[in-house]
Amino acid sequence: MSVPKELKYSEEHEWVKTEGEKVRVGITDFAQSELGDIVFVELPEVGDEIKADEPFGSVESVKTVSELYAPLSGTVVEVNEDLDDSPEFVNDSPYDKAWMIVVEPSDSSQIDDLMSAEDYEKMVSAD
Amino acid sequence: MNKEQKLIFEYSKAGRTGYSLPELEVPDVDMDAILPAEMQRTDSPELPEVSELQIMRHYTALSTRNHGVDSGFYPLGSCTMKYNPKMNEDSARLKGFAHLHPYQPDYQVQGAMQLMYELQEELKEIAGMDEVTLQPAAGAQGEWTGLMMIRAFHEANGDLIRTKVIVPDSAHGTNPASATVAGFDSVTVKTDERGLVDLDHLKEVVGEDTAALMLTNPNTLGLFEEDIQEMAAIIHQAGGKLYYDGANSNAILGIARPGDMGFDVVHLNLHKTFTGPHGGGGPGSGPVGVKKDLIAYLPKPLLVKENEAYKWDYDRPESIGRVKPFYGNFGINVRAHTYIRTMGAEGLRKVSEYAVLNANYLMRLLEPYYDLPYNKHCKHEFVLSGKRQKQLGVRTLDIAKRLLDFGYHPPTIYFPTNVEECMMFEPTETEAKETLDEFADAMIRIAKEAEESPETVQEAPHTTVIKRLDETLAARKPVLRHEFSKKEEVYQS
Repeated sequence: MSVPKELKYSEEHEWVKTEGEKVRVGITDFAQSELGDIVFVELPEVGDEIKADEPFGSVESVKTVSELYAPLSGTVVEVNEDLDDSPEFVNDSPYDKAWMIVVEPSDSSQIDDLMSAEDYEKMVSAD
Repeated sequence: MNKEQKLIFEYSKAGRTGYSLPELEVPDVDMDAILPAEMQRTDSPELPEVSELQIMRHYTALSTRNHGVDSGFYPLGSCTMKYNPKMNEDSARLKGFAHLHPYQPDYQVQGAMQLMYELQEELKEIAGMDEVTLQPAAGAQGEWTGLMMIRAFHEANGDLIRTKVIVPDSAHGTNPASATVAGFDSVTVKTDERGLVDLDHLKEVVGEDTAALMLTNPNTLGLFEEDIQEMAAIIHQAGGKLYYDGANSNAILGIARPGDMGFDVVHLNLHKTFTGPHGGGGPGSGPVGVKKDLIAYLPKPLLVKENEAYKWDYDRPESIGRVKPFYGNFGINVRAHTYIRTMGAEGLRKVSEYAVLNANYLMRLLEPYYDLPYNKHCKHEFVLSGKRQKQLGVRTLDIAKRLLDFGYHPPTIYFPTNVEECMMFEPTETEAKETLDEFADAMIRIAKEAEESPETVQEAPHTTVIKRLDETLAARKPVLRHEFSKKEEVYQS
């Protein structure tokens, strides 16, 4: 299971990558392996407001549909439209090709509340 | 072995027919005189051209591939795949029921109306409700009907801020879906370590915007929500209503009633609990019962009895309107009434006692071999987790596929979603102890295979005509149409 050190993590298995004033968001390698083969990804639109801990979209795998929970509040400024045609990126490349949205956080201090790679690894191995 | 694999289209040969039509007995009509040219099709439809015998063999072969309760054990959790007594079929085929036309005037169909009325009375008694409608065609429509009534109730009170419906994280997927379709937002309440609704979390999410709480009791983990009265008080104090999803009522017949637990609206799945054939065998039926303060909003017309006669009451200005043409799935309602009357009150209580006994017996047989996340008495169903097998590289999906080799329908899998690698078993009351023992033997053998020869499970099924399908490819790149151009190439070769 891959947990890149430079990323931050939420309890709902999203990763967050800081890029200047913005953050890029996706789901973790652990999450994709639990979900199984992803067949559909539903994402918000550019301009939508998302709220921390509330659903911003969903991923559908062969066995289940799961909600995606926002790791922080802010405005969606970019959406990965490649996932419409290639949901398999979520399984094959969760940290790279399968980024889901780019968000402009309403308050950048929210990022500090997220987990480090170490803490996230501890959380999932405790499960 | 039955090796039928072709589609009916693949048997087609141009010009072959399985019928011969008699000479036309009515005057021929000139198509051009009645339809403009652009509305007429010029090529014939691409239907398979086969002989009667080819059709018979094809469909007879396919029919033997069905798995139903009459052919084998079917422990699909939350679906109550119990035996459907054949006496139900006799009743439904009585001429006075089977040959009715829905537009016949009331005075000609008093017998059918009497049956519907009596069924309503029976369901009121069983669920502890004040009035019942038989209109909803199945469970999900019952949910929607109930929520629309709750919405009408709040709107009539000028209570327009009640936009939220609370559903547990273990709820049937139809609950949040029905809430959304009825115009509400759904809010999730968590399950605690007991496997029951987390009361503290419920207190957090409830508020002045709460329209209703939807609950299955026993819940989808097969556990009775023992705090139900306290939950009802929390919701009622906040001004919300309680909705009972009747999918799991096979556990409580004659023992506990949703109405007594504090529920305001109930749907019952007659095709599950009351032996309507389902799972490809027939339509559903999802009558909804309500307490007094919601009666005004029931779908119309409402069936009423006046001076020993039955009639439809259309004068119901606050009704949410019709939810289904005519009077519900009448044929299924005849079967449910037959079942209720043949079982009687004592018999229905035994149904639930045996359903619970069978589930607990099977759960304890399997407990040493699979992880049991909630180790206590269950009601009519229970969940196991495949997480021990997952450590060995065998997933719950593999276990389900391997069960096909033993001739069983698998349990419900990956649901409820709050249990890892979940398997949900509902054996029902109609199975013999020997059947449960044999099924447990198969499950135990699979658990051993997972340890000793995991590939046997991972590559299952082995004995079915079609082996493991690529479900991922089918979902990602579905082919939804038959390619006729390819057909030509195949048949000319």
